Amino acid sequence: MTTELKEWPLWEIFIRSKQGLEHKHCGSLHAADARQALEMARDVYTRRQEGVSIWVLPSAAITASNPDEKGELFDPAADKIYRHPTFYEIPDEVGHM
Amino acid sequence: MSAAIDYLLHLADNALVLGQRNAEWCGHGPILEEDIALSNVSLDLIGQARMLYQLVATLKGGDATEDKLAYFRDTGEFRNYTLLELPHHGPLSGYAHSSLDYGTTIVRNFLYSALMALLWEALAKSNNTDLAAIAAKSLKEVRYHLRHSRDWLVRLGDGTDESHVRVQASLDHLMPYTQEFWAHSPAEAAAVKDGIAVDLNTLKADWDAIVDAALEEATLQRPKAGGYVPEGKNGVHSEHLGFLLAEMQSLARAHPNGVW
Repeated sequence: MTTELKEWPLWEIFIRSKQGLEHKHCGSLHAADARQALEMARDVYTRRQEGVSIWVLPSAAITASNPDEKGELFDPAADKIYRHPTFYEIPDEVGHM
Repeated sequence: MSAAIDYLLHLADNALVLGQRNAEWCGHGPILEEDIALSNVSLDLIGQARMLYQLVATLKGGDATEDKLAYFRDTGEFRNYTLLELPHHGPLSGYAHSSLDYGTTIVRNFLYSALMALLWEALAKSNNTDLAAIAAKSLKEVRYHLRHSRDWLVRLGDGTDESHVRVQASLDHLMPYTQEFWAHSPAEAAAVKDGIAVDLNTLKADWDAIVDAALEEATLQRPKAGGYVPEGKNGVHSEHLGFLLAEMQSLARAHPNGVW
């Protein structure tokens, strides 16, 4: 008899804390389907009252940027200091913004 | 008073013994997430046992403490259902950790959680307000235990050929032990008379409905009830409880009054 051991798909887990406004990524786990991933996320990631809401997303649904391309993607932003509001001097008359 | 103590010990021993059994999965779970889930269930159960033992200790007075009740009573003094002390594998197996069977664990947790989801809800209206408060807290916990075990029961029953056969065997093995839920016990009868406890036979139809619906979804056959009716709640236990208590109590007995 041959037993095929199939790996369960990977799920990304997002938790919203009691005070939080948004769900934050906190980790991942393997589960057979979305409902099971939710149950497991409850056991693995909310044991210390970390959250009041859980999202699970199939990791395969995420399209990620390539770490090797980080130079061309992100470095050009490094010398554009005028993109930060702190670059500009605000006249005194404007007061507190 | 004595009726209340006997009944509370029955509830507490149920929680402690099953908590100890489920904790055997800690570090041995089939997958990491289930390892944590079973440990969570255990911690809920041991928490319930603690609250109940503390209440018993208060009612008994004198030098009674939760630790003395848990660690310094012997097999014949425990009042848990026999179902809860059985090892995590089928009948006629030796006492071996190596053969832990997750289907047996799941079936047991399902059968017991289905009962306690109904019983804790009913006990939340007990005339003993301390017990009512413990019941209200435990109800939330057991609803999750039921959800967890029911989910796995359906997955295993309606899963592969092997998982179906194995979980059906666990069900055939364990279901007869549930007859004890509905059997007469003098301690329960006295507690019901005092308004502390609930007559379980008033919950049987609901329990049957929960079990039958889950079994149907899991494509499992409900075995016929019948045969020997266990009497763990009257202190008559299987040979397995002694081993469980020996392991659980040895540390407290080797180092009485030890703290950490």
